[in-house]
Amino acid sequence: MTKVTMTINGKEVSGDVEGRTLLSSFLREDLRMTGTHIGCDTSQCGACTVHVNGKAVKSCTMFAAEAEGAQVSTIEGQANADGSLNVIQQAFQDHHGLQCGFCTPGMVMTTAALLKINPKPSEQEVREHLEGNICRCTGYHNIVKAILAASGQDVSTIAAE
Amino acid sequence: MYAFDIERPATVADAVAALANEDAQALGGGQTLIPTLKARLASPEKLISLTGIAEMQGISSQDGTLRIGGGTNHATVASETGAIYPALAELASHIGDPAVRNRGTIGGSIANNDPAACYPAAALASGATITTNNRDIAADDYFQGMFTTALDEGEIVTAVTFPIPEKAHYEKFVQPASRFALVGVYVAKFADGVRVAVTGASNEGVHRWTEAEDALSANFSADALADLTVSADDLISDLHGSAEYRAHLVKVMTGRAVSKAK
Repeated sequence: MTKVTMTINGKEVSGDVEGRTLLSSFLREDLRMTGTHIGCDTSQCGACTVHVNGKAVKSCTMFAAEAEGAQVSTIEGQANADGSLNVIQQAFQDHHGLQCGFCTPGMVMTTAALLKINPKPSEQEVREHLEGNICRCTGYHNIVKAILAASGQDVSTIAAE
Repeated sequence: MYAFDIERPATVADAVAALANEDAQALGGGQTLIPTLKARLASPEKLISLTGIAEMQGISSQDGTLRIGGGTNHATVASETGAIYPALAELASHIGDPAVRNRGTIGGSIANNDPAACYPAAALASGATITTNNRDIAADDYFQGMFTTALDEGEIVTAVTFPIPEKAHYEKFVQPASRFALVGVYVAKFADGVRVAVTGASNEGVHRWTEAEDALSANFSADALADLTVSADDLISDLHGSAEYRAHLVKVMTGRAVSKAK
């Protein structure tokens, strides 16, 4: 076991991990932060997306030991300070951007990363940016709509495809 | 996953020393190796993570070449090389998905030499030089077949240096689930001729299409390919596409790459 220390949502945490402990396992099983979801075993679904040093990564495809000293952000740190939903979360609720909700933590974290580098993405750019996030309810249209709304764009004219 | 220890050396020298252990395995961004470990297809006793090595990070250019540190991730290549080598930046911006691009590294891709990976096509078509901890290897000598390279046990790709062509383009027909290339063709036009590298298509891994190179060196136009045919012999045949389908795609993707080259 190796001791790792990282900052998660602004709070320093540490724990003992095996070499093979994935960042996602460390979050969910050791820290009991179960907002980060595991949807596949093949690095394809993106439900486990978190930010490491400001970049979106699949926490199931990175070892906890590799996050030593890193700044990590998870879905648990996304709400506003008063506990209300942030702009992205509220947009997902307003536009029915989730059905079963399992992929939603990853969708929200991927959206936050996108809007940081591209504050007003086009619909095409949003769809391309979601390549690594799979929604098995196939509710992509409203997810895209929610993301465009979260970026402050008018979505009233976007037709269902 | 089977159990293993993980080490994060800070220098190439320390990493090479750690890899001298025959049951040790280098870990780049892990976007291929970690899924492989999860499937229990590999069982190293020790992983040597290369992501903490500062001397393997970063991008620099001089004298018409672009040097990319082996530990540089795809997102960084995509965002930082657009002005100097746009075709390479565009290739990097379409590897995997955004989260994969934030972890996966050029050194890892080149060392793994997946037969459907994108970077090997860029390196081979550009005539890149692969720099390791102890030597420089020309791309033509480096890629030796599916998942096979000139690397020795424990040798690390520390940098890849690309000569910058006059014009280039990478055209990828994606396998929609994996985002790997079903067929990808990289065309690079230099003052002294054209190089064409094909990925995704062959059981021999990335390779050059020399007939197309000759035709395009004489006339850099998609029309120059009209009379050429691609043999389906030794091309990959799987549920995503037959060898004949891939052979057809090689020519189509090459033509599109030539038309879009800039």
